[in-house]
Amino acid sequence: MSELTIAVPRGALFSDTVDLLDRLGIETAELRTNRRKLLFPEIGVVTMRPSDVPTYVEHGAADIGITGKDVLLEQHDRGVYELLDLQYGHCRMIVAAREGDDALDESLRRLGAVRIATKYPRIATAHFADTGRQAEIVVVKGSVEIAPLTGLVDGIVDLTASGRTLAENHLVEREQIVACSARLIANPVAHKLKAVAIDHLVASLQALE
Amino acid sequence: MIHPIPPGTRDVLPDEMRELRLLSERLRAAFERAGYGEVRTPMMEYEDVLRRGDDRVAGAGFRVFDERGRVLLLRSDMTIPIARLVSARYPDAPTPVRLCYFSHACRVVERGSGHPMELLQAGVELIGQGGPEQDVEVVALTSSALAEAGLRRHKIGLGDGSLYRTLLASLEVAEDRWAPLLERLSRRDLVGLAREVDGLGLPPGARRLLVNVPTLRGGPDVLAQAEPPLSTALENLRACHDLLAQRGIEERVIFDLGLVRELGYYTGTVFEVYDPAVGFALGGGGRYDDLLGRFGRSLPACGIALDMHRVHAAQAEEERAG
Repeated sequence: MSELTIAVPRGALFSDTVDLLDRLGIETAELRTNRRKLLFPEIGVVTMRPSDVPTYVEHGAADIGITGKDVLLEQHDRGVYELLDLQYGHCRMIVAAREGDDALDESLRRLGAVRIATKYPRIATAHFADTGRQAEIVVVKGSVEIAPLTGLVDGIVDLTASGRTLAENHLVEREQIVACSARLIANPVAHKLKAVAIDHLVASLQALE
Repeated sequence: MIHPIPPGTRDVLPDEMRELRLLSERLRAAFERAGYGEVRTPMMEYEDVLRRGDDRVAGAGFRVFDERGRVLLLRSDMTIPIARLVSARYPDAPTPVRLCYFSHACRVVERGSGHPMELLQAGVELIGQGGPEQDVEVVALTSSALAEAGLRRHKIGLGDGSLYRTLLASLEVAEDRWAPLLERLSRRDLVGLAREVDGLGLPPGARRLLVNVPTLRGGPDVLAQAEPPLSTALENLRACHDLLAQRGIEERVIFDLGLVRELGYYTGTVFEVYDPAVGFALGGGGRYDDLLGRFGRSLPACGIALDMHRVHAAQAEEERAG
């Protein structure tokens, strides 16, 4: 493993990812306990936000990485190999709106466009374009659930796993866009020059399933 | 007050310029020695002329209007302008025509992606003969030029851009099902590719073949595939291997059955150049036997282009490593 540098996502995928590294025989004790350390050269791990993983892997700063399919869809022009569906971190990209009325249809019919807040502008734009609806996409960085409650927008495009956050904010799912899960990605040059190590890793991961 | 330059462009100051100049002189000397004469073409050309070469190349580009309202496009690669040049300026010349260039090209890139909008390319084009001998000539020339420039650890990936299509045809997959498969393949989305293949309802052996072929890469053992559809599809790469072995440079080459290039005009053998010091391919190219015919003189051809800044970065890293 030490031949490969792996980009590991902090956040929702972190704990399952560290479990996976454990099963591959990587010593993860410090990775689990030291939340502020980001670089673990002795085990070939660098930790970061999930949305930064494709950047580090594309540029070859990490040979391989783990991130969500949602991140890969949003950054679809990244030149990386998508090697494996790791079968954890299951969640869905959805369109949600306030419960009760149907603000989406109402806006589309009377105002000609729906207003959508999201952290995933490219996925949202493509979804509404593909379904023949005009949409104004408003990019927000933080809690997207409050955007329809404050009247900023009619609905949101966001990721949900259990749906609990939506329910707590009186939002209901209207449409599913795509199902997502954790993916193993690789730098294209590493995929050629470190083929043996990468194939060995992929085979080990497939054997775990 | 600092006045900005567009994202993805750069100024070059004397220290870097001296090194870039030295590097390009080494490459130029190697190309000239092998009989490749240097050419230069206009920075911008008529859009409808470049579009003849490849619609997608012309798609996302930088355009200006001339004084008569015709649309001019800043070139995004050199292969299409050279195809036009050969048809126009060498209509009857004996073949092969060997040309090289050191030129800038412009590409539209996502802001903040870290990719250059303007890149300096060094390349060669071998026009007028089609076959593994010419593919190997281009690979060997590229490799020796890079070695002379100090890239001791570089490798050249060698694949066949028509391989996957050949397999789909011989497995009798309906042609209207190919597009999503080829799209996943060129995006390097092997998870999506496996899903699309699953949707075809093929027998297990055929399914396995279509899913596994893009992951096969390495030494000549990759070419020793016995099963019928693949074994015949690999004849071209086997011929390349034999010629590379004769020249004693097969160690430089990674045979890669998943290699595809994004540009639409490649028809056969494709190349990509790697160096462990740089996370991106240093360049690439391949065989484009249909391109020149679109400009009037139908000739087989193949070529390769290197990104000079990436080659320079690899060279600097090699020097640092000693």
